[in-house]
Amino acid sequence: MILQEDILQVSHLKKYFKTSRGLVRAVDDVSFGVALNETFGLVGESGSGKSTVGHIVVGIYSPTEGKITFSGRDISMGVGRRPKDLKKELQIVFQDPASSLNPRRTIRQILELPVRVHGLASGDGVGRRVYEIMDRIELPHEYADRYPGELGGGEKQAVAIGRALATDPSLVVLDEPTSALDVSIQAKIINMLLKFQKEYGLSYLFITHNLSLMRNVAQRVAIMYLGKVRELAETSEFFSNPLHPYTKMLLSAVPVITPEEEKMKPEKVVSTGEISGAIDIPPGCSFHPRCPFRMDICDKVDPPMIEYQEGHYVSCHLFPAGVPSASSGSGSKSSSKDK
Amino acid sequence: MEQPLLEVRDLHVSYAVYQGLLKVIDGVEFSVARREKVGVIGESGCGKTTTMKSIMRILANNAVVEGGVITYKDRDLMKISSHDLTVLRRTSMSMIFQDPTAALNPVFKVGDQLQDVVRYSKLVGHNPTDKEVRSKAIELLKAAALPEPARILDSYPFQLSGGMRQRVCIALSLASAQDLLIADEPGTSLDVTIEDQIMRLLKGIVEEKGLSVILITHSIGTAKGFVTKMLVMYAGTIVEESPTEELFVNPLHPYTQLLLKAVPKLTGGGIPEGIGGRIPSYLSPPPGCRFVNRCPFAMTKCQSKPPFVHVGNGHKVACFLYGG
Repeated sequence: MILQEDILQVSHLKKYFKTSRGLVRAVDDVSFGVALNETFGLVGESGSGKSTVGHIVVGIYSPTEGKITFSGRDISMGVGRRPKDLKKELQIVFQDPASSLNPRRTIRQILELPVRVHGLASGDGVGRRVYEIMDRIELPHEYADRYPGELGGGEKQAVAIGRALATDPSLVVLDEPTSALDVSIQAKIINMLLKFQKEYGLSYLFITHNLSLMRNVAQRVAIMYLGKVRELAETSEFFSNPLHPYTKMLLSAVPVITPEEEKMKPEKVVSTGEISGAIDIPPGCSFHPRCPFRMDICDKVDPPMIEYQEGHYVSCHLFPAGVPSASSGSGSKSSSKDK
Repeated sequence: MEQPLLEVRDLHVSYAVYQGLLKVIDGVEFSVARREKVGVIGESGCGKTTTMKSIMRILANNAVVEGGVITYKDRDLMKISSHDLTVLRRTSMSMIFQDPTAALNPVFKVGDQLQDVVRYSKLVGHNPTDKEVRSKAIELLKAAALPEPARILDSYPFQLSGGMRQRVCIALSLASAQDLLIADEPGTSLDVTIEDQIMRLLKGIVEEKGLSVILITHSIGTAKGFVTKMLVMYAGTIVEESPTEELFVNPLHPYTQLLLKAVPKLTGGGIPEGIGGRIPSYLSPPPGCRFVNRCPFAMTKCQSKPPFVHVGNGHKVACFLYGG
């Protein structure tokens, strides 16, 4: 799952939070790599730990265990102890621009800050740099002295993206960047992000719960459930040949509008139950209480992650290690037999 | 033809704000037959919720209904006495709101809130005993597919998950909705798996009870799986009305066409352009078609109000491209 040349390498990442009610295992042994220029997607329901992974990558939290390297350098420490030149390289865009932008700062002040902090320009250069950023995100210059409250949702998110790109980063964590926006605006913002990726050679860690959106932006997708990655594959493979019952459940619950999409849904794995809290994680495979293909072993042993086919990883007892990958095409069929 | 349960004619609603008058709802017209499921789709700020609040007569204090007739069960809701309105609200129509966390009072147990509604709705007669009320409340929670209803009654809302809270809200609305249920984005704040469960539950309940439903949503896919008639709203106007299947095969209004294109597809194929610009200011909206500034087919005559053209088969569109 991790390649030597990957720009971001996350291995055996764990993040536990101590609370008065017990230990929350928000991220529990997550490994993946993001290649240069790639959009790597993390999907899952709320509470699956996908945002926590993104937050650790940019240094908002430091990991409990595990290692993160970026361009070959160890960045497992919290953001306070990271070298400044590395902070510049890693940026994040949050879900809700209404709360990630300070309502009492003008657009100019918001965009100036990263430029000043990282000393990317001085004197008149700062102002010029701000206009450059505004040109990039197609915001008219007269917006510079307005406040975020005077902008529409899409424009605000464009400012948040502009702020993230102000330091010319190489990797941007996009944490549900369009979930707070309408679909027509979402399309605009996504296209803007894809254009920047091409122009500046960016790598994205794209976090969303929207599978239809993920299908169209990511090259590879990993699905998380209660702090663990349960399946990881190239996007087209992930959507055309989903293996894990959780992936199938999530796919079958996606509301769609065309008959072609309807056909793509796995034979209906009806969504049941809900994600449990990260304090009382079920034993064995944490998905077993909701799984329609549950077997005796599932509440006892947590299945290991195996490479079922080249580049297609899954952690489920339905797909035991050692099965030759030649028969892997029948994966979905064998699971339907178990019904 | 049977008289529709609800009929809205030429509704105009504005909000008085510091800067002036926000002319939000501009001539909205539609009807809902008995047992019909109607979907209202549109982006945020297009007046979906304001329209529904006008029907329930729960608009904010600064809202001004400037015109229009709302007929419900052959009565004019705008002229109805407050006593009769109360009777309707407790026995006939009800609303489920988007955010179940905000819809439930955090300082009262679910049981207190639900049992109050049961008493108020007179579902168990005029002078019920506590026991009758409680067993009715448990029955309603069971209908909303909540496990361990007795324990839920003794829980505070914050002790329940988002999906469970929304099921409680469904139970609350079932107590008083005997004819019409307005569901305002009931699954939007939930995960897709939970939304899927909630929508299946709602569909089962309304079909069994023979309720009429208005489903408000910005998720076009959710509406498609639920309703038989769709209303597309843009900036306070209904731009298209169509049987659900027809709308996806043959969308007519330029806004509907662009909106459907902008939805990312599970089959891939990239993300289309989206719609440029933004919803016009309600302080001084365009005098004619409100989509004119973003429309790729805008013409001079779009400066005047387009007629609602009937193209047949229950499909209507407010656009000059189709006549007028």
